[in-house]
Amino acid sequence: MRLIEARKLTLGYEGQAVVKDIDFTLDEGDYLCVVGDNGAGKSTLVKAILGLIRPMAGQLDFHVPSGSIGYMPQSMQGDRNFPTSVWEVALSGAVNKLGHHFFHGAQARSRARDNLERMGMWEMRKRSFQELSGGQRQRVLLARALVAAQSILLVDEPVAGLDIHSASELYALIDSLNREGMTIMMVTHDIHPALNSASHILHLGHDCFFGPKADYFSSRIGQRYLEEAGHHD
Amino acid sequence: MIEFFSYAFIQRAFVVGILVSLCSSLLGVSLVLRRYSMIGDGLSHVGFGALALASVLSLPPMAVTIPVVVVAAILLLRLDGHGRMGGEGAVALLAASSLAIGVVLISYVKGTNTDINNFLFGSLLAVGRLDMVLSIVVSLFVLASYICLYPRLYALTFDSTFAQASGLKVERYTMLLSILSAVTIVLGMRMLGSLLVSALVIFPCLTAMRIARSYKAVTLVSAVQSVVCFVLGFTMSCLAGTPVGASIVVVNLLAFLVFWLLGAMRDRGLFVRKGPSL
Repeated sequence: MRLIEARKLTLGYEGQAVVKDIDFTLDEGDYLCVVGDNGAGKSTLVKAILGLIRPMAGQLDFHVPSGSIGYMPQSMQGDRNFPTSVWEVALSGAVNKLGHHFFHGAQARSRARDNLERMGMWEMRKRSFQELSGGQRQRVLLARALVAAQSILLVDEPVAGLDIHSASELYALIDSLNREGMTIMMVTHDIHPALNSASHILHLGHDCFFGPKADYFSSRIGQRYLEEAGHHD
Repeated sequence: MIEFFSYAFIQRAFVVGILVSLCSSLLGVSLVLRRYSMIGDGLSHVGFGALALASVLSLPPMAVTIPVVVVAAILLLRLDGHGRMGGEGAVALLAASSLAIGVVLISYVKGTNTDINNFLFGSLLAVGRLDMVLSIVVSLFVLASYICLYPRLYALTFDSTFAQASGLKVERYTMLLSILSAVTIVLGMRMLGSLLVSALVIFPCLTAMRIARSYKAVTLVSAVQSVVCFVLGFTMSCLAGTPVGASIVVVNLLAFLVFWLLGAMRDRGLFVRKGPSL
């Protein structure tokens, strides 16, 4: 089933295009990696997918309800002093399900519990979010995204600032979610998820590419990207 | 002490003060954590200018001050983020200008500085019946909206991008928060003075953060702390004859220092914690 479809999509700010004429699709069960250099428009695309900016031209169609994409942001370094518990962060993922209600219901609480357990963070639910390690914080943010997500998880540079061990743990978690049927769209600098886990690649930059992983890595753009990332055959 | 409370104006000031302390502490948690604490300061200065204007033109003070400060709150919010002049610069500019215009207006027309003193540092006598009725209405509204919107306000304060992506109308809620803060500041301003009222927005949250670790705990500790400090400061002012606004801010400062010490002692492991922390 098709979930997101972009045709001749152009994105930018104040009349300046950052991403020009891209086409891509996201189908149920896909694992799409969005790669490209800094300034190629990866975060602009994230904003468009989240509905924070509108396309300048072209079409971006969603076949999922708005507000139903689970978003996992880059690790939040700026708010070191924000007083909040792990539980509060996870539960806030259910804010898109409040509808006309004022408070989170029993269903939201059990979703938050299930996803914290899935991420191995339930035992730490009363801990202060800011006292956690980087890897633990990312797992809590992933739990929050899962509480919000109905079918798509949008993950933005999930391992930025993590050590190798926490990074591979987080990738393994995301892979297992994908195997269980969650559609993944991941923006990343790191070549490894693109090589190991992705089903499709969207390359943004001077030359754009969208297609299955095998086609990408045999294409000229994909070859060059591999070389730049230090991977040779 | 009891004879003090037999005066109607003292009773009014007491009621208004408790309600304003409660509302400003709740709103303060959101403002401080979103790094908008300067807005409280800016708005109280704008309030001073508006109060001066009302007194010079002999207009009812509330009718002038509330709309002016609400408009200023909306403007400041608009400037924040997408202005050329950073948000902080805009607040400082507006604050200083309003203060200066207010002082010029009063001294030019009246040629005396008693009003300036009362406006800047507050006065118990300034709290009228209208202020009391207004603050009861506004406080009930602030309390009700804070409690009912709590999950949304939390999501918005913790991570506004995520909240917006979840379909929350972030701008609308931010607007509501700043309008409520503007009205609360105006209500507290005449008793506590425009230089001191913003302390009621900033202190409780910063104090609560010394010891509380979750958002809910910070909210509750802020509210209780703010009301207790008001009662202590107010009593001190009545008994010792010190200016009411300054007394309350001094008590808030003492509370901050005590909580800071407690927090530092806990972090060094001086208390053995049993069970979960706050």
